[in-house]
Amino acid sequence: MKIDKQGLLEGYRTMRTIREFEERVHKEFMTGQIPGFVHLYAGEEASATAVCQQLGEHDTVASTHRGHGHAIAKGCDVKGMMKEIYGRADGLCAGKGGSMHIADLDVGMLGANGIVGAGSPLACGAALSAKTLKTGGLSVSFFGDGAFNQGTTAESMNFARVYDLPVLFVLEDNGYAESTSSSWSIGGNNPVRRAEGFGIEGTRVDGHDYFAVYRAAQEAVEAIRSGTGPRFIHIEFTRYYGHFEGDASSYKPLDEVKDERRYLDALKFFRARTTGGGMLKIEDLDAIDKEVETLIDASVKEAKAAPPPDLSTLTTDVYLSY
Amino acid sequence: MSVKSFREALNEAMRDEMRRDPTVILLGEDIAGGMGSGGEQDAWGGVLGATKGLMPEFGRERVLDTPITESAFIGAAAGAALTGLRPVAQLMFIDFFGVCGDQIMNQMAKFRYMFGGKAKTPCVVRTLYGAGFGGASQHSQSLYPMLTHIPGLKVVIPSSPYEAKGLMTQAIRDDDPVIFFEHNTMFDDKEEVPDEPYTIPFGQARTVREGKDVTIVAIGMMVGRAKAAADEMAKDGIECTLLDPRTTSPLDEEAIIASVKKTGRLIVVDEASPRCGMASDISAIVAEHAFDALKAPIKRVTPPHAPVPFAPNLEKAYLPSVDGIQTAIRAVMGVK
Ligand SMILES: Cc1ncc(C[n+]2csc(CCOP(=O)(O)OP(=O)(O)O)c2C)c(N)n1
Ligand SMILES: [Mg+2]
Repeated sequence: MKIDKQGLLEGYRTMRTIREFEERVHKEFMTGQIPGFVHLYAGEEASATAVCQQLGEHDTVASTHRGHGHAIAKGCDVKGMMKEIYGRADGLCAGKGGSMHIADLDVGMLGANGIVGAGSPLACGAALSAKTLKTGGLSVSFFGDGAFNQGTTAESMNFARVYDLPVLFVLEDNGYAESTSSSWSIGGNNPVRRAEGFGIEGTRVDGHDYFAVYRAAQEAVEAIRSGTGPRFIHIEFTRYYGHFEGDASSYKPLDEVKDERRYLDALKFFRARTTGGGMLKIEDLDAIDKEVETLIDASVKEAKAAPPPDLSTLTTDVYLSY
Repeated sequence: MSVKSFREALNEAMRDEMRRDPTVILLGEDIAGGMGSGGEQDAWGGVLGATKGLMPEFGRERVLDTPITESAFIGAAAGAALTGLRPVAQLMFIDFFGVCGDQIMNQMAKFRYMFGGKAKTPCVVRTLYGAGFGGASQHSQSLYPMLTHIPGLKVVIPSSPYEAKGLMTQAIRDDDPVIFFEHNTMFDDKEEVPDEPYTIPFGQARTVREGKDVTIVAIGMMVGRAKAAADEMAKDGIECTLLDPRTTSPLDEEAIIASVKKTGRLIVVDEASPRCGMASDISAIVAEHAFDALKAPIKRVTPPHAPVPFAPNLEKAYLPSVDGIQTAIRAVMGVK
């Protein structure tokens, strides 16, 4: 695995930004000022972070309803995201999309998505563009264990295979789709073998281990860039909060959640690993924590103070011309 | 009789029909919850809790949580209905019609006709619709006109808890495929609902209030808003008849035409997009059959031709409002 100090610090900053963003949205949601529903990515940070660290400006990601982490990792403006979640005029999507539809094509973020399983076909399309237009880009489809069972996901894996499309399929398995266990819903209970059934090489990693995800993603992305077509990674981890804000997660057995923040925390694990071995200094990481806290705090303050969209925008941007 | 929520009314209808008829089964995502987990079972009872308590009573053989595979389980409901079961499938939001459209529009809707009358497909697809909760463009649509458009489907849109129970009971007993629309924001609405089972026949509009000046036809959540607008106008001496069609397929054309013949004015309040929506359809029917009775142009009160926006102020402006309906009433009356 190749990663320098700079890369490590960036990785940590991204993970911390996602964590802090989600913890803050969790808190603010309870005050009743955030409309709609939000699905938090806390606990899953290593996946978006380490995968997106392999990507460049020509690469794209298709995301899910649980999309804040992917958006941050792919480079979406954090303040613009927060404003979008509050439904503000200068939110990333002009207040029209909200948490579940955050997108920024300028940074290759093809959108969070309200439809489970909708991302993989879009990622195939983006890969087709990259291939046809010879941009050198690849695309990543992040999808959950629930989405893994949708026909669209299976169809996309097959489509990517038969056309050798540069797509990385990333199964983010947090153990549940809403309240339904993934060990039950994924028939055969062996995602890598399912990918192999489509002729796509896959690997399974612990999603609380940034380094394991990094290694797997780097290897897969290098293979895809060499022109050998799609790859698959099965990432396992836990989501700290409910399916969406307001869900009590009572379907999770107590012993599963009791110590998860103690033992299943990619950030803690990262800190221990990098500072214990002398790779990074604790002060550097502490400094990042501070900066991130300031950024998130400012983004919430600015979002709260920002004006809502003008009512005239209700019917704009339905079409380019009409 | 006791006060029940929309959620409780639906729950009772399904429970009573499951007790009465062992071929009634339920299937859908998290309609019980906790499938395969070591934690609480029946943890969800569906996304808004309408099926809570049914799995403990009837078991997982009759209350089936499914993987997130709408094509497969909605299609399975069609196939099971064709072969002896009476499934009630939950398509969580009607927006997901996009995922399983074929199984609904080319399969369950068409069997009877294509097979020369030899098949019946007694299934219900329960589904959420409608704006007003910040669900944005992919969770708030009112797609019932799309389903109404498809011959072979019956389309039901209850406007209150009482209506929900009677129409759901009818839907389950009905031998044709029924798409049953439940508004995202109405689950906590409450009113008196009988404890015992009852049915409300399809294709018979309900007269919510009577008045000589204007006929208002409103659908689903819009019935409540139209009623508020009409009650308000009565204070100014303008008397409206309000009709709730209850089902858009079959549609009680007669009741609508008869009422317009009396009042001479029509307003249709519809939460669906205006193009090819119910408001347009009902307007056309009235224009065709009661043109001579009209004293003023028909008014359609609908959202604009735009997706449902996220920001609360935009979403509020998107939805037909009590004010907007009153403006329409004044317009057809020619008063300011
Ligand atoms: C087509 C479709 N079906 C159902 C839903 C409702 N829904 C939203 S998220 C979700 C669970 C998704 O589970 P998973 O793919 O594992 O992602 P996670 O929430 O665990 O990140 C469901 C059923 C939806 N949005 N779209
Ligand atoms: Mg999941």
